[in-house]
Amino acid sequence: MTDPILELTGISKSFGPVQANKDIALRVMSGTIHGIIGENGAGKSTLMSILYGFYRADSGTIRVKGREIQIADSQAAIAAGIGMVFQHFKLVENFTVLENIVLGAEDSALLRPSLRRARSELRALSDDYGLSVDPDAVIEDIGVGMQQRVEILKALYRRADILILDEPTGVLTPAEADQLFRILARLRTEGKTVILITHKLREIMDITDTVSVMRRGEMVASVTTSQTSPEALAELMVGRKVLLHVDKSPANPGALVLEVDNLRVTDAKGVQRLKGISLTVRAGEILGIAGVAGNGQSELLEVLGGMRAGTGRVRMDGQDIDLTGKHSDGRTRRAHGIGHVPEDRQREGLIMEFFAWENVAFGYHDAPAYNRGPLMDHAALRADTSAKMTRFDVRPQNPWLTARNFSGGNQQKIVVAREIERKPRLLLVGQPTRGVDIGAIEFIHRQIIGLRDAGAAILLVSVELDEIMALSDRIAVMFDGQIMGERLPVATTVQDLGLMMAGMAGKAA
Amino acid sequence: MDKMPKWADVVLLPLISLLLAGAISALVLLATGENPVEALGVMIDGALGSTRGWGYTLYYATNFIFTGLAVSVAFHARLFNIGGEGQALLGGVGVTLACLMIPWPHWTLALLAAVTASALFGAAWALIPAWLQAKRGSHIVITTIMFNFIAAALLNYLLVEVLKPAGIMEPASANFSAAVHLPNFADMLAPFGIPFSPQAPANVAFLLALLAAFLIWVLIWRTRLGYEIRAFGFSETGARYAGISGTRIILIAMVISGALAGMMSVNNVMGEAERLVLNSAEGAGFIGIAVALMGRNHPVGVVLAALLFGFLYQGGAQLSFQMQIPTEMVSIIQALAILVTGALDQMIRAPLERAFLSLRKARA
Repeated sequence: MTDPILELTGISKSFGPVQANKDIALRVMSGTIHGIIGENGAGKSTLMSILYGFYRADSGTIRVKGREIQIADSQAAIAAGIGMVFQHFKLVENFTVLENIVLGAEDSALLRPSLRRARSELRALSDDYGLSVDPDAVIEDIGVGMQQRVEILKALYRRADILILDEPTGVLTPAEADQLFRILARLRTEGKTVILITHKLREIMDITDTVSVMRRGEMVASVTTSQTSPEALAELMVGRKVLLHVDKSPANPGALVLEVDNLRVTDAKGVQRLKGISLTVRAGEILGIAGVAGNGQSELLEVLGGMRAGTGRVRMDGQDIDLTGKHSDGRTRRAHGIGHVPEDRQREGLIMEFFAWENVAFGYHDAPAYNRGPLMDHAALRADTSAKMTRFDVRPQNPWLTARNFSGGNQQKIVVAREIERKPRLLLVGQPTRGVDIGAIEFIHRQIIGLRDAGAAILLVSVELDEIMALSDRIAVMFDGQIMGERLPVATTVQDLGLMMAGMAGKAA
Repeated sequence: MDKMPKWADVVLLPLISLLLAGAISALVLLATGENPVEALGVMIDGALGSTRGWGYTLYYATNFIFTGLAVSVAFHARLFNIGGEGQALLGGVGVTLACLMIPWPHWTLALLAAVTASALFGAAWALIPAWLQAKRGSHIVITTIMFNFIAAALLNYLLVEVLKPAGIMEPASANFSAAVHLPNFADMLAPFGIPFSPQAPANVAFLLALLAAFLIWVLIWRTRLGYEIRAFGFSETGARYAGISGTRIILIAMVISGALAGMMSVNNVMGEAERLVLNSAEGAGFIGIAVALMGRNHPVGVVLAALLFGFLYQGGAQLSFQMQIPTEMVSIIQALAILVTGALDQMIRAPLERAFLSLRKARA
């Protein structure tokens, strides 16, 4: 633990006028788990892409094991002993585990000898690091946690000494995340070095030895984890004091607003994505839907938001809603008083090429206030946009910028402003703070609670358990298209929810 | 942050493309032993040096404005309408039927009927691929290309079997009556005392094309429908979120597109030939793709690009006429302009964007 295995000095990288990395210095000690934390857009991914040879730094030096090297491409990174586990796995779905591990590292044009050698080596690696996988399982048949292990094994097979993991827990249940952390700890014991990129303070505190904080392209601090606190790290990340918890008064639930009964959705491939969902949301309460991404939450929001068809019964204020998709769509849902902050603001909630003032009308573009006869009233739109930008503190406060030119947090504020200011009876909210900076998270959470206090029903879907715990008045857990159970936030724990998220039926609380 | 200022995208980029196409063309001419400077002189003189030249340039430009607008409207909905040629041929059938079936007392009424008929026929021809795309997922590029061939065959059949007057050897319709003759530029400018070559085919349809360009601008950038078309074009999932029906947008955008392509025939069939012949659109439907690309799918850009291609067509014709440069050589020059401004757009865009970025960085 005395020598730095990786040392960066003076790394800078610009994309046009944007400086993504400014004079970065980083020392990673051999045999440690080193966390890198920072908000979206702080430059973490750019830095790691430079390390893995996807980008070339404009200036600066990289030393691995004391030797200065040039990393021109990923082959060079691998040769230097750097392995990368991406947030979105790079596996061939219909290949076996073994084939994926060998892919790109074959010994010769003939596959058989490579596979034979890989099989014995894989067994050795599995034993050494406690990474058991079935080499003959096909990737698409195994779980996400297992796929991640394959990615780690791929890196180890290529003799990586430094393993970089980019937001590795985003797709895992809490239990799977714990398992991953045990693996990482084992890797450390065996002398490997791990760089963990995350925006989750809890993970940093739990597992890392050292943590480096990035803010706006700069490395603002490197501290020993045991000598810091989540509050101190958050302050370093944002540059000012932040509230990590949400202040809210107890809910005051009123009349039933949304009643969902036996809702089913089958996707284009014929797979059932929702297998009979039943739930209710009352006025003045927030129902949080917890679950690992891909367990039907997106489909639930889409069918309620009029973006896809389903079967079953959905009532809004006692009135039946057409689910066939033939007579209703997002527009008619809005007429029912349903607002929708979609999960993916870039693909759904906004048109990235549209100006802010065009996006403020999106979905409500036939509202009388925005139109004069057949023509749209651009002046009225721009005035409304300016007003919303002031009230929701959207920066820069310029209606003439396209959505693409705003940061994630400000894009989300535009969507939230549009949906909340319509005073919906029911607001569907999907991943409200994904890719949003901490400062804006606080603001958006306060807006959602404010809407609840004004008497709206809110259905919140988030893969961030902390967010669900902080905002919800009731929590339902989804797994494999079903509701596994419901809990009150005061009467449950992360472990309890985690079990349900993994498909273990919860006992009634 | 946009990568480069808008003026560079709209003005500078096409200009550089054009110069590049010109330079390559000059090299080709040099290689065949011709003098490129002289050739350019002949082209400019032939296309812009006389009212007759202008008359041809504007005549071609009229065709290209219609087909360019057709491609651009569809493209705002991210639909690549390659079928402008076939839709224009069918539009010609509409014009012919409108002009031959009713003895119009005055050209204005005939024009109204011809515009309506050509738009309807063009729109109908575009509607089938649109429906197949919206409901069956058949790719519109493939279907519209196929529909060009079907249109050509259909036109052939109609001319030989139905529209050809008895006793005529040529596959062509009867000549339209003198009453439906559209005023050409000489007729239109005479009251103002401006002399214009009476042989030049440019006619009142040019004004119709400008009007169409203005209306399309209003449609795309000022109406709710245009907003929905653009939203759908940028993001289908976004449109679904907002409750914009994709089926509806695909059908409407293609119908408008087909109608515009069909209306081209008012210019060439009614305004010039005054009868329907085989291959009446003469490739203008395809040129529309290049015009839309070069005009950045904006009506103003389309009009400017159409004028440029009108110039290339007329200038090119003069080139083969006066310098004995084979027409194939003229086609090469036109093709280079299309290739560089359209298909090779990225080749010039990327370095230009880099130049602007480094310029901005140097200033910062």
